[in-house]
Amino acid sequence: MIRFMPLAATTVVFLLGFLACAIAFPNFASLRVVMDLLTDNAFLGIVAVGMTFVIISGGIDLSVGAVIGFTTVFLALAIERAGIPPVAAFALILVICALYGALMGAAIQYFELPAFIVTLAGMFLARGASFLLSTESIPINAPLYADLADNALRLGGGARLTVPAMIMLAVVLGGAALLHFTRFGANVYALGGSRGSAALMGIDVGRTTVAIYTLSSVLAGVAGIVFSLYTSSGYSLSAVGVELDAIAAAVIGGTLLSGGYGFVFGTFVGVLIQGLIQTYITFDGTLSSWWAKIATGLLLFAFIAFQQATLHVARRRRPAGVTSP
Amino acid sequence: MSAMPFRLPRIGTSQVAALLAILAMNWLVSPQFFEIRLQDGRLFGSLIDVLNRGAPVALLSLGMVLVVAMRGIDLSVGAVMAIAGAIAASLADSHSLPVVLAAALGAGLLCGLWNGILVAVFGIQPIVATLILMVAGRGIAQLITEGRIVTFTSPSLAWFGGGSVLGLPPPVVLTLAMLVLTLVIVRGTALGLLIEATGANAKASALAGVGTRLITIATYVWCGLCAALAGVVAAADILGADANNAGLWLELDAILAVVIGGTSLLGGRFSLVLAVVGALIIQAMNTGILLSGFPPETNLIVKAMVVLAVLLAQSPRLSGLATFLRGKSR
Repeated sequence: MIRFMPLAATTVVFLLGFLACAIAFPNFASLRVVMDLLTDNAFLGIVAVGMTFVIISGGIDLSVGAVIGFTTVFLALAIERAGIPPVAAFALILVICALYGALMGAAIQYFELPAFIVTLAGMFLARGASFLLSTESIPINAPLYADLADNALRLGGGARLTVPAMIMLAVVLGGAALLHFTRFGANVYALGGSRGSAALMGIDVGRTTVAIYTLSSVLAGVAGIVFSLYTSSGYSLSAVGVELDAIAAAVIGGTLLSGGYGFVFGTFVGVLIQGLIQTYITFDGTLSSWWAKIATGLLLFAFIAFQQATLHVARRRRPAGVTSP
Repeated sequence: MSAMPFRLPRIGTSQVAALLAILAMNWLVSPQFFEIRLQDGRLFGSLIDVLNRGAPVALLSLGMVLVVAMRGIDLSVGAVMAIAGAIAASLADSHSLPVVLAAALGAGLLCGLWNGILVAVFGIQPIVATLILMVAGRGIAQLITEGRIVTFTSPSLAWFGGGSVLGLPPPVVLTLAMLVLTLVIVRGTALGLLIEATGANAKASALAGVGTRLITIATYVWCGLCAALAGVVAAADILGADANNAGLWLELDAILAVVIGGTSLLGGRFSLVLAVVGALIIQAMNTGILLSGFPPETNLIVKAMVVLAVLLAQSPRLSGLATFLRGKSR
């Protein structure tokens, strides 16, 4: 059962936080607030699912925020300036993102470079490329964007399950299925446990690594599409620092940054907790937004300390002679 | 230990050559690049500008290189800069300079101590441990400035940005002094050797009697101190503190400078001088792009290309290939 302890702790923290907000503000406990929580954090949720795969495999992807920014600028230029139909532009950018992620994965695998610095270069490159495309914010007026914005599942009481929220939920469910119920998912865990042992067990480490970074970049592309739907524009400076939020969401959700352990659902709750802090500050009205950063930092610390404690306990319980890696 | 008081950098010709090449390229795009004139008792010119603008990253890289050599990383230096700058700017007009500096540098020391304890005592991975302060630090800085951009008029603190020491801008002299001080502390004693030993194999070093825990904490504290100094310099430069943007993304530049300086992210051998050369390379590129009239947007792309080139040059796979080819040609 100790396996699910961090997940349970994260969920309890979210529920307690929501309860505290509901007591502080009478209007908080409504379906509308919950649905807005999903919509406002849709792009973060999508990108955090990809980050969970990367972190469980023992890597890190710092380029996702820049890829989101590039995607929004690319979409705005392709749809508004080049006249490409939005759906075709979506397909095109996802292919570009897949290639980009595969290239980073290949550099990490075949040149034996640290993921941290390869994806850092990837971040510079993607952000620089979007600056080159355009430095100003470009509005997107395509009819599809207006349609998608209107097209929401109305749940009564002003609550709307929007298209971005639906995409996010689909990605979370799909990501959970991929990670927990497929061979690829098992390989991801194996890589995070020990790359050497995984290779000795006959896992194609190279192909799995490339696939993981491809997945992360594609999900960043999807998040970029959702972000452009959400803001109806493309801007090269959008989603700056989102990679940190995504890493924080994964860690708060119980994923070990050393790899080999984590759940997609935990990351989802981690995203919701960050969203909850923002919503609380909005509701309060007197608190400044910098409290969100401090609160996220404190939560990060609390969860990391909790992880260390559970790891310590788990190590002690092991029979003598078995050492941790 | 007395046999090797100061060791010369074992490698470094490629970094110095790269710096000279970039400076030469800057000279090609802007012929007055090397012109230096004396005005109001202070030197001016593009070259001085490269040194002056490169000082904050060079200061950061002095601390970062030790942390990286210990197989760690400090993501929080940008946030620590913001905190130190915010403290310095808020106190500058009401307190004397020693108090201001002591408060700002003390904050940096505390931040470094926090990181060091998380890494060395609690055994948290460096990326995660310093991520906490990176996320929360900017919030703390904004708490200090109350969300405003705090400005000051105190001439004593402003001297760090606009004064001069023997004609040189104070940030340059300060960086040089810190470089010499770090060199004396680290290379003048066995400390540097112990740091390299711990970075290469922490377990073996601990078994051999190296106080790895204390040394780890000390390197993070030093990194915090260097970051605080960089924060004071940055605040003095603009006569104010902007908690949102001071030191933003500079942690990445500092790590880049360390990597360009030939220190492996996997720990072990390090070079303080080459890390500073790395910082100057980055700044010379930035200045060059500005001088050449290219849009500043290309800056990031050029930076990415340089990172990739340096990485590939350091890649174990490629160097294996190079050794192989060399063996064949013989």
